[in-house]
Amino acid sequence: MSPFDALRVAARAILANGLRSVLTTLGMVIGVGSVIVLIAVGQGAQKGVQDQIRGLGQDLLFIKPAQTSGAAPGQGGAAGPAGGGQTLTKADADALAAANLPGVAGVAAQQTQDNIQLISGATNQAVTIVATTPTYPTVRSMAVSDGRFINDDEVTRKSLSIVLGASLAQTLFPEGSAVGQSLRMTFFGRVNLTFTVVGVMAPKGGSGGGTADDYAYIPLPTLQARLGGPRNTTGDVFVNQVNVQMAPGADQAAVKAAITDTLMQRRTTVTTPNFSLQTQDDLLGAAGDVSRTLSILLGGIAGISLLVGGIGLMNIMLVSVTERTREIGIRRAVGARGKDIILQFVTEALALCVGGGLLGIAIGVGIAVGLDGREVGSQTMATVIQPWSIGVAFAVAAGIGALSGSYPAYRASRLDPITALRNE
Amino acid sequence: MIRLVDVSRLYRTGAEEVHALDGVSLEINRGEFLAIMGTSGSGKSTMMNIIGCLDRPTAGHYYFEGHDVGRMSDDQQALLRSREFGFIFQQFNLLPRMSAIEQVELPLVYQSKGGRRKRAKEALAMVGLGNRMTHKPTMLSGGQQQRVAIARALVVNPRVILADEPTGALDTRTSEEVMEILEGLVRERGITVILVTHEQDVANYADRIIRMRDGKIVEDAVHRHGEHHARAVTA
Repeated sequence: MSPFDALRVAARAILANGLRSVLTTLGMVIGVGSVIVLIAVGQGAQKGVQDQIRGLGQDLLFIKPAQTSGAAPGQGGAAGPAGGGQTLTKADADALAAANLPGVAGVAAQQTQDNIQLISGATNQAVTIVATTPTYPTVRSMAVSDGRFINDDEVTRKSLSIVLGASLAQTLFPEGSAVGQSLRMTFFGRVNLTFTVVGVMAPKGGSGGGTADDYAYIPLPTLQARLGGPRNTTGDVFVNQVNVQMAPGADQAAVKAAITDTLMQRRTTVTTPNFSLQTQDDLLGAAGDVSRTLSILLGGIAGISLLVGGIGLMNIMLVSVTERTREIGIRRAVGARGKDIILQFVTEALALCVGGGLLGIAIGVGIAVGLDGREVGSQTMATVIQPWSIGVAFAVAAGIGALSGSYPAYRASRLDPITALRNE
Repeated sequence: MIRLVDVSRLYRTGAEEVHALDGVSLEINRGEFLAIMGTSGSGKSTMMNIIGCLDRPTAGHYYFEGHDVGRMSDDQQALLRSREFGFIFQQFNLLPRMSAIEQVELPLVYQSKGGRRKRAKEALAMVGLGNRMTHKPTMLSGGQQQRVAIARALVVNPRVILADEPTGALDTRTSEEVMEILEGLVRERGITVILVTHEQDVANYADRIIRMRDGKIVEDAVHRHGEHHARAVTA
């Protein structure tokens, strides 16, 4: 029997059992489609996280306090961020800047404070405040679009000056320029301060909630002096992050070692670092591990549905062969060889699988493209279709087809012609 | 052309052993019109199935044109069925959902030969169904279905036609039509026809009648042609 004849016979058998063929194929469609969609979603999540980390700025290094609090009890002031220890100070950052370490291009300390309320007219907005120093925009590769950033004078004087993120400025001052306007700041009703807007940042973008565009920036000492931010007994202000900009192409390991040395020289009570250093690469690596696990999990789920679809197909092929035993007998009687019978049923199973696989690819790609950029809850979905996932899903579908067709077909071909013929 | 030497076919059903064929020896020459008669269970169908390579003997030898069929592979036997034999069954054994012309083309599909449609048309015309080519089995009468089956058997130009109770599901008039077609194959085309039947009227068309009982041949008689006409008239 020629392959063309085998295809014709397969097409006829598939069409003759229309509903059954559709349901069988559906298993393959769902299997192949879900492999493509779930892998695209996993990759999209991975890419989203990577973009966010890359968006932090090139050649950045973060120094963070150790997670356990090293602060002595009885220190007043507002609570720092949960889990953030009080082991890093503005003086540490100043010392790093003064040390002029090779490979270090800039240093900016920051203390972040959530749940600050900014009030402008009838608008009342809860925001995250970044209390920092004038070097911050340079170090974090950010630009001011209107007015200026906080200057040294304001840091010295602990001024009530504020710089707004692009979308925050839009929210608080929808009409006209925000620069020169004043707004009120409260923190759980504890303080009531009037700040003057001195600048608005250029939009930076980024996905997910709480981007830089929603932040407000004030002089670092202002937070401690006016809002009760954390200080140590000598009056040095605690910070929860020191941003270090490394020179392009700097040896990151050497920079890390130099920073650790400089900071440890300032510490007398501890022998091991009570702070941690993270580069963008470290963050990318950690995030990569998480999203890889997610991708494997999603891929595994999809793989199982593909397997279930394959078992369904095998089942149908077995039933189909049993039902058509007499037909097999007739074909044998008019001269079909065992291999012709195998060819017939394998072709049929393959046609179902390849058909289902192609349809699954079309639907999977369609869903993945449709989901990309769509808002789901508060998240923006991102999908990245992986060409290899299409190839793998299709190859697995075809493989399952060949496998699940060949066993029933082999059984059919082993039947004695007369036994097959006598089957009712 | 066909030679059976001491052929036996043993069936096992649980602990019981049944000798469907018990040491049968037989020679059939080219162009013979042979009827095998016997009650059901006498082994007549088993013998025909072995001759047609649908079944294998458990003992003895079967030679077709001098070749030992028992030593042939599955594929070689399939080739033999495909080229040398045409089968006609009591229940027609047509494939459902296929038109008459497709049924007749089927053996040619497995020979992978060209000109299938033309040869199938000729075969259908030969059995008088040139105007029923696109009909499916459900749209044809029993006699017409059996004629499609005959066309299917004929389309490969076989040397032997094996007919197992070909008139068993047909009425008297259509039975006669079918038998006249088979008789024509022997007389005009020199095809060997082996017919299994338990009806004397049908067997009377043949030149030689073999009677079987309990898996053995009990009578092998030359039957003078022409006699059946007298019987058919008186019937």
